[in-house]
Parts: sequence; C-alpha cells; structure tokens
Amino acid sequence: MGIALTRAAQWTTASSGTGKLEITPINESLLKEIARFVEQFSARHPQEAKHVFKQPLQWATSLEACDFKTEYDISGPTVKSQETDIDGHPMLQLTPPSISVRSLSQLSKLVELAQEKRLKEVRACLEANRDPVAKMLGPSFATVEGEDSSVLRLLEKVREGDLAKETETQVRLLILLQQLDTHLLSNSLKQISQEVRLSPAAVKNDVELLKSFCCDGEKRVLKAVQYTSDYEFANGCRTPPWRQVHGEICYLVIQTWDTQPLYVTCSTAGVFLNGGIRPEAEENAFDRTSEVYKDLVTLLKSMSPHFAVNIHKQDFAFQEEPSSTQKIQHMESVDAEEQGQPQRSYDHQEKNVHEKARQQPVQNKLGGKKKLEPSLKWKNLGLASPYEETNGQKSKRSAVAVKSVGTQEKMQKKANFSVSSLPGRQSSIKTKTPGGEGTVRDFSESSSESEEDEEQPERRTESNTDLPSEYWQIQKLVKYLKGGNQTATVIALCSMRDFNLAQETCQLAIRDVGGLEVLINLLDTEEIKCKIGSLKILKEISRNGQIRRAIADLGGLQTMVRILDSPDKNLKCLAAETIANVAKFRRARRTVRQHGGIKRLVELLDCVPDSAALTEEQETDVEVARCGALALWSCSKSTRNKEAIRRAGGIPLLARLLKSPHENMLIPVVGTLQECASERSYRIAIQTEGMVEDLVKNLSRDNHELQMHCASAIFKCAEDQRTRDLVRQYGGLQPLVSLLGQADNKQLLAATTGAIWKCSISVENVAKFQEHKALDTLVGLLTDQPEEVLVNVVGALGEGAQTPANSAIIRECGGIQPLVNLLTGTNQALLVNVTKAVGACATEPENMTIIDRLDGVRLLWSLLKNPNPDVQASAAWAICPCIENAKDAGEMVRSFVGGLELIVNLLESTNKEVLASVCAAIAKIAKDEENLAVITDHGVVALLAKLTNTTDDTLRRHLAEAIARCCLWGSNRVSFGEAGAVAPLVRYLKSKDSSVHQATAQALFQLSKDPNNCITMHENRVVKLLLGMMGSTDEVLQEASAGCVANIRRLALANEKAQCG
Amino acid sequence: MSEMSAMNRKLIQKLAETLSKQVKHFNKTEAECLIRLFNGLLGDQSDRRVGNGLDRGKFRNILHNTFGMTDDMIMDRVFRAFDKDNDSYVSVKEWIEGLSVFLRGTLDEKIKYCFDVYDLNGDGHISREEMFHMLKNSLIKQPTEEDPDEGIKDLVEITLKKMDYDHDSRLSYADFEKAVKDENLLLEAFGTCLPDAKSILAFEQLAFQAPLESSGHHY
Repeated sequence: MGIALTRAAQWTTASSGTGKLEITPINESLLKEIARFVEQFSARHPQEAKHVFKQPLQWATSLEACDFKTEYDISGPTVKSQETDIDGHPMLQLTPPSISVRSLSQLSKLVELAQEKRLKEVRACLEANRDPVAKMLGPSFATVEGEDSSVLRLLEKVREGDLAKETETQVRLLILLQQLDTHLLSNSLKQISQEVRLSPAAVKNDVELLKSFCCDGEKRVLKAVQYTSDYEFANGCRTPPWRQVHGEICYLVIQTWDTQPLYVTCSTAGVFLNGGIRPEAEENAFDRTSEVYKDLVTLLKSMSPHFAVNIHKQDFAFQEEPSSTQKIQHMESVDAEEQGQPQRSYDHQEKNVHEKARQQPVQNKLGGKKKLEPSLKWKNLGLASPYEETNGQKSKRSAVAVKSVGTQEKMQKKANFSVSSLPGRQSSIKTKTPGGEGTVRDFSESSSESEEDEEQPERRTESNTDLPSEYWQIQKLVKYLKGGNQTATVIALCSMRDFNLAQETCQLAIRDVGGLEVLINLLDTEEIKCKIGSLKILKEISRNGQIRRAIADLGGLQTMVRILDSPDKNLKCLAAETIANVAKFRRARRTVRQHGGIKRLVELLDCVPDSAALTEEQETDVEVARCGALALWSCSKSTRNKEAIRRAGGIPLLARLLKSPHENMLIPVVGTLQECASERSYRIAIQTEGMVEDLVKNLSRDNHELQMHCASAIFKCAEDQRTRDLVRQYGGLQPLVSLLGQADNKQLLAATTGAIWKCSISVENVAKFQEHKALDTLVGLLTDQPEEVLVNVVGALGEGAQTPANSAIIRECGGIQPLVNLLTGTNQALLVNVTKAVGACATEPENMTIIDRLDGVRLLWSLLKNPNPDVQASAAWAICPCIENAKDAGEMVRSFVGGLELIVNLLESTNKEVLASVCAAIAKIAKDEENLAVITDHGVVALLAKLTNTTDDTLRRHLAEAIARCCLWGSNRVSFGEAGAVAPLVRYLKSKDSSVHQATAQALFQLSKDPNNCITMHENRVVKLLLGMMGSTDEVLQEASAGCVANIRRLALANEKAQCG
Repeated sequence: MSEMSAMNRKLIQKLAETLSKQVKHFNKTEAECLIRLFNGLLGDQSDRRVGNGLDRGKFRNILHNTFGMTDDMIMDRVFRAFDKDNDSYVSVKEWIEGLSVFLRGTLDEKIKYCFDVYDLNGDGHISREEMFHMLKNSLIKQPTEEDPDEGIKDLVEITLKKMDYDHDSRLSYADFEKAVKDENLLLEAFGTCLPDAKSILAFEQLAFQAPLESSGHHY
C-alpha cells in the first residue's frame, strides 16, 4: 500500500511530510478500499492481525472515550486496550486527541467502532503515517522509489534459516499488504485511464503512427511529422527542462496536405497548437494558440480536413498497418519503461511543479503499476487506453486486425517502419533557450487584432485523383522558373499570370508544386524583371490565407521588406501591395515590424498628394504612397505596429495624405487611422493635427467603405470631449444621421451608430442630433439588427435618454418595449448598454410604468446574476431609478424571490463599480422598512461595514448612503458601531469629493444616535471636521453635520451631568 | 594619341551639334561626350585603317564589359541593330543613334529596337525557328529527358500562345508591340538586349561626367 499511497493518492503538497489527502474521488475510493481491508483483516487473517507493529501508528483522532466499549479500560478521556504486547504496553492507547495503535487487529476494531467516522480516521491515520508499512514492519520495509526488494530481503532471512514464527508472520503480512497495494493501484489506474493524460510513451506512439502515414506514396495523409528536437531526455520528453515543468512532452512540426505547417505542443494535459516552435526559430512561441485536444489524431482531424477524410480511408486501406505499428510500439515503449528511467525525472519534476503536481503522479501511477506486475493486462490498460479513448472505433478495428496479421508480417512491417521513421530532413538538435525579454513581449500583442484568416478548411479533399489541368501546366511553368535563365523565367512568369490567379485551384497549385519557394527566391535575385514578375503573381495569390501563411513561412516578408529600399518605384509598389496582402495575420505583421518594414513603409508615404498638375514622376510617388498606406493598414492591426508607425513619423504623413482627393488613397489612409485610433496617442493626434475636419468631410463622400472608416475613426476618437465638439463644429453630426439611412450596409451602420453613440456623450451633440430626429431613427434600428449595430444603437439611446425630454421621445417612438426585450440577451457589451438605457429611461415616471408593466425590473434584477461584473454593475445602477420611480416599489422588490439576498450577496464582489452600484441600490431598497428588515436579516450591516475601509470616492459616497439608510432599522446603528464602521466613515469627511461629504454626514448623523458611536466619533476627532461641514452651502450637509454634532454634544452633557450629580 | 589630340576640338563640337539635332534624347554636350568616348574607343582599336567605326569585336567588348551582356548571339544582333548601314562597322552617327534608344529610348523605340534584334533574318517576323534559336540556351538541360529540347519547344509555344495575336504561328511587329504594351516584361522576351538601370547609370556617369573633366586637362 506504500506505493499506492505515494503514487496514486493525491496529496495537497507534492513533497513528503505533512501533506493532506485531497478530497477527490480517487482518494475517496482509496480510503474506502483501505478501510474495508483493515476492517476485514482480523477476521480473515487473525494471526497476521496480531503482529505487533515495530512502531505504533499514531494520529490525531476525532474518536472519544465514549466511542470505545468492552475490551478497553476507560478512565476519563483516556482509553487503553486490555490487549497488550509482551512488554505489557497496551495495543491501543487514546489520550485525546492523540491515538496510537500497535496491531492490525486493533486497527480493525477501531475502524469497526468508528462507524461513519471511519474514513475520516483512516485518512487522518494515513496523513500522519505517510508510510504505514515501514511503521508496521520496520524501516527496512519503507517504500522506496524504484525496485522493491523488501520481499527479497525477507526471503533472505527465511533462507538464513531464521524461521522464527514472527518472520513468517511478517512475510505473510507483507504479502497481504502488497496485494492490497496492487489492488489499490489497479483500481485507481482504471479511474485515471478515464482521464485525458498523455505520457511521453503515448505521444511517441502517436508520432510513430503518424510518421507511418507520411511515408506511403500517393495515399499518404500527411506530408511529414517531425520533432523539433532529436534529443530525447531520459524521461521520454524532448522539450527543454524548463518547459517540461509545464508538462510539455515534445514539440512537433506537422506538414499536412492542406494547411500551413502545424506547430504542435504535446503536453500531459493534451495536444495543442503553439505559436510556431521550429527547430531553428529564434523566437519562443510556447503560447497555446488553439484549444487543447486529447491527442494528435484528434487535433489533426480538426485542423486538416484532408487528414480527417483520409485517415478513415487509411483505416480501411491499410488496416493491418496502423494496428501492427501500434502493437510494435507497445513493445518498444515497454522496453523503455522497464529501464525504469522515467521515474526519476518525474520525481524531479514533482519538486518543481506546483500547480501541475497532480498531473505528474498520473504518469507515475502508470509507471509504478507497471513495475509491480508486468502482465499483459495492464499493458493494454495503461498504454492502449489513450488510444482507445481517442480513436474509439478505429483502434478497436485495428485490435481485431492485429490478430489476423501473422507475426512474420509484423516483423517485416517493423523493419519498414524503422526505415521510414528516418525522415529525409533531420531536424537539428538545437534546443530552445529562454528568449530575451524582447521576444517574449512580442506575444502580448492584442488590441484590435483580428485574425482575419483563421486556418480555412480546405475544400480540396478529394486529393490527387482528378487534378485540374491548370495544375499540370503550372507545374511545368514552375519547372521552367527553376531551371531557366532570366529570359525563360520572365516568359514563364508572364505565362503564369495568364492563369486565373484569383482562383483557389491555381493559388494552391502554385504552392503545391513548390512554386512559392521559387517565386520568393526570385525576389532575392538582382534581376528586376524577375522580381517584378514574381511580385505580380505573389500579389494576386496572397489574397489566399493559406498562401499568405506559406509566404510568411518561407521568409518572403523579409525579402519584400528589403525590396522597399529599391530605387525602382514599380517594384516598391508591388512589394508594398503584397505585404499589404500577406500581413493579414499577426505573425506576419510582427515579422514586418521586426525587419524594419514599418519604418520603410512609412517612408513610402512621403509624397506630394495635392491634385493640381502632378508630373508623371509625382504621380508615381503618389502611387507608391498609396501602396505604402495599404501595407500600413494591414500592419496597423497590431498594437506594436501602431506604435512603430507613430515612432517612424507616420502620423503627419497620414494627415497629409488625408487631404488627398482620391478615394483609393483615402481608404487605406483612413483605414489605418481608424485602426490606430484604438491608441490614445493617435486619438490625440487626430484631434490636434486637424484630421477631424478631413474625416468629417469624407463622411459625405459617396463611397461606403470610406464613409465607414471615417465613421469608425470618429467612433473611436469621440470619447474625447474636444473631438466630439470638433465633429459638431465641422458639421459632422448631420452626415452621420443621414448615414443611418444606409441600413443595408451593416458594417457602415455599425460604424455610424458607434460614432453617434460616442458623439452623444455631449449634450450639445444630442440636441443637434435631435434636430435631425436621430433618436426616432435609432429607435427604428432596435429590431432586426446584428449585435454590433445594436450595441451602438442602444449606447446612443442610453446617452440620449439622459435628458428627460429625450427619454420621453424614446417612449413616444415606441422604444421602451424593444429596449426591455433586449434585457433578455446574452451579449455582455449589449447588456451593459441596454441596462444603462433602461435605467436612463426609468427616470421618467411614465416610462417607468411601461417598464414595470413589461416586467423590466425583474429582468434587470436577474442580470445581477450575470457573471460579467460590468453587466452586474450596470444592472444595479439601472435598478436605482426603477425603485425610485416605480409605484409600490417595496412590494415589487419583495415579489422577486431571493432577489434581496442576491443583491446583498453582491456586496462580496471584488469589483469596485459593482460594489458602488449595489450600495446605491441598497440605499434605495432600504427606504422600504420591510425590505430593510429583510436585508438586515441577510447580514447587510456586516457586509457594508466590511467595505468601509475603501478609498474609492464613488464607493464611499454610495456606501455612506446605504449605511445611513440601513441605520433606520432595529439595532443596526449599534451593529455598525460594533462592526467598526464608524471610524472609517469619519475619515470620509477628509475626502476631496463633496458628494461624499453629504452622504457621510447623513450616515454619521444616523449613527450618532447611538452613544457608543458618538464616543468613537469623538475619539476620531469628528467634531472639528463636522464644524467645517456646517459652514457648507449644501443645506443637507449642514443639517446632517449639525445634527450629528448636537448628538455628540448631548451625550457629553449627559455625561457631565451624571458625573456631577 | 597624337593623331587623336590633333583632331580639332571645333570639329567635334560641330559634329556634336549636328548629331544632337538629328538624334533624340541627347543634348549637344552629351553628344560631344559620346563622340569623344567613341573616338577614345576607336583609338584603342587595332586595325584603325579600315573604315571609320567600331568593329564587331570592339563593340561586343563594350556590350560585355560595360553593359554586362553575355549571350553571343544577342550581342551580334545588337551590333546589327546599331550597324544600320550593314557595313560591319558602327559609325559615330550609328553609335549615337543606337545609344539614344539603348540608354534613353521610349517604350515604342525600345519595342522597335528589340523587335529588330529578335528578327534574326530581318524578314519582319519572328518565326518559331528564330524563337527556338534565341531560347535554346535558356533552360538547364535535363540529361534524363528523352528530348532535351522539349522544354525549349514548350517555351516557344507558350510565347506564341501569349504573343501571337493573329494566330499565324509567328510574331509580326504588331503582335510584338501589342504584347509588350500589355505586359512590359515581355519587351526582352527572347533575351536581354537592353542594359539594366544600374549599368545605364554607370555608363552615363562615366561618359558624361568623367570625360569632360579629363578632356579639360587635355586642352
């Protein structure tokens, strides 16, 4: 049982010592088994049960003297068994809480009489005695890592002729215990094998299997599977040790037929795509970029449709093959296991791993188990199970196949595999070193990054059977590209351009016949014609996502960035345009930046954009600038690139190009600007460099794309008040409202409504919008719109409704009902805006009637259960005006079953905004005495008191309001005082926020009605602060302060009187 | 050299003036520089007694050394294109006329020039055979292939398919012109016969700046 305990059981800390057994299903079943074993032990093996332990098992028990019955001497709390050893020591001794037991028969009885506490006792015993066998039989039987020679040791004793009865008993006891151990392990193993846990052996199996799929001519399902490192650590891992601690086993590069190379991390937790770990790559790309799959086959199935389709064919066509591989691999991995190497390194890991400690023992269990009983049964269980689970039917089928294949054939197959598993390309042994800070930080790119081109599933799944004729023609041309001089190359390039390069068949054909490599190599030559011809093709085919990735993988971006320095303007244009197409995914954008592409692209922008009489030369310059802007637009989707553009001096150049009269120039320029407007620095620049005027001007151009980008830029910039004012001053509001008419173009509509929303933050703008009946139109857009439009429409309505007149207009247009209906949505951004809008509308009593009728408050209330704190807070804020304006608000609130408890519990949130909003809502709720009584029962006082130490002024203000209100019930005043809420409140008076003062003074006034609170306040020198407040112009504040001071004074007087009299 | 310096400066200037009026793209000074360069080149020539011009070998040397051309046949054709009167010498006038297209020609001029270069027999058409002849060294021979010329033949077909608009299996000037206007890369479809930007720049720097200064020393 020693091994089962150290390996199978899940301890809270990985190190030995005072670990606790976690409460997990595995542990529970372990404990049950052990308890049953112990309980039945003395009946089944009476002789062994009497064996006296070398050392007693001691632990802190929860049993008491009264639990013990006959056969025990009970004196007060202590208990001694009547049974003693030869020296007269009792076999069981209890001096609460410690208990010590010296034989299994006593243990047996103890377990029996502990009844329902038995598991607890067994657990406590095992926790206190990490290696019970050593205590029972002596330290020489301690469970040791590695070979277990205890039986041998005993046998030696036996052979020495020392046949003392005790030794014999010992042997039997040991054997019994080891049987238990084996039993426990096999049980837990069954459970473990249900979980997804990969081991190096299982991964190795998978890789070998996949490699076998690569080597088989036409019908192969994969191109290549390679480890990134040939070096295999003794534990079977191929990752650097500092990644092994994360449970990572190896990294693979898998070339499929229909996707970019897949960079895969195999870890104990499963298999997933990483950021591109390659043998030679300098960058460290360990981050997970896909979801975690159970194993490689599952991952490939979902990544590569070609694989998914063909793997099944593979099953039928080569049924014997995968199965026999599996068989052989089992044998191989068993060999590896038997060397016993994995163990040690796992142990090493255990020490390092904290969180993942639990994953590791899983593998250990496999190892441990194997050593105990090398029978076929467990081999299949341990090794085949990951397969069985993942491939389900497939492996079953292959299992059948195994039987049908003769051994000789298997041997042949094995030979084949060993040849085939030597791939042509040998990956280098280079192991990754931890990257410098710079490289690591590169992964933090975020913001508006949208991966436009997720790996698209490929349609070409029917594979090589009927390839279009273009395929062969293109293949021939690529051959000429490879083997031709400049003249032949140019002819081949020109001919290739005659194919329909917009067609995916041709795009992929070029890639599949190795054309991309040649085209990219041509960019590195000195031949300008070849470069131009190649770029003209690359520019077209890079519209395909897979081609983009392939170009980036082949290092094409680096070369194209270099070409930007070329004196040939035509070449510059083509390179920039191609970069614009390729840089549509994050890694490509990063590559452009890291190779100095941003600076060069920004340099391209430098031209004279004015329309009047350009020379031919200048016109070419404008075209170069346009292409540069296109590339920057693509690149600007990465945060760091935005920064790089700014630092390269791109902003003034963009501002200059923004004056261009040409739409084809304006679109990439405004596109870049609106992309970059997510950064504060750009928003400021757009405002200060006079770009708002141009953006507004272009809103009125008759080009939807341009209008969309302009509106989008305004959307992002108009959170700033000055920008909002500028939009109004340049007459941008009216065009925005008229753009609402373009309801068919959803992207444009989303951008327009976004701009209107943000511009509506200024009251002047709302008034201006209303001149053009914006709210009426917006209400019309509340139904049948995509969510990205709805979020903005509702946001705009929420801002508009801040003035009572407008919220009446929303009602008159029939806007309340659709708004309330939207409260049932799930989009969190939308919910935040809807709750805000509903809350704003609820300030109008007439609106409130409608909201109430539509059960809007209940809907708001249920949003308090939303997991998103922003939604919670926004809902709580919206609830405040509802309670204030609803008729019979108290009754309404009470009718929400569990509602009050729910909102009180939100006081335990960690989000300041949630806390502030909930305090505000509680202040409203507490106006109703009955509800106040209920929330008092739910412990509102203690929860509020706990929050008083905050320094957040919004929270302070609403917290003080809530406290003031809650004082009005029962002994709450006293409770607040006892909970220590008074002293922190006094400090609120020193806040710089005057709205905090009013609420605080009111709370203090309420609290001062309790003498003890007065004393606390006085001790905290409240009087001086309150005297200051009494001089305020705020009458409420004056009054509350004065009332509080009066209460304190009155107490002091009474006190004096009492002392005198 | 003494004979060279004996040549009257005024004579050169006069010739330059005449030529710069007859030939596009060069002003008088530039023409003068080119004449001097021509005379300089002529001075080195071994058998100066025959005629007044650069012979084929000398001219090819210039094409090879100054403009980086390598294809023997094309260089011969370029010589022919320069040598308008077909007397096997490039005269000073032919030199300047040729260079005006060679260095600074418009697209139309270059199309004309290239067509002349590629029309090997001067019959006004580029035939299949001519194409084959010009392209025959453009691919690396694959010794494994049954017909080593198959690739070349295929290239000829590709070119015809692309450029032979009137489908008469040969390229007329009109075909060639249309194809090149459509895709400029096809201007030198059958072999490099024009200098690249870099060597033009280098040549002009050498011809128009350095000689002027050095000539200043001479006189």
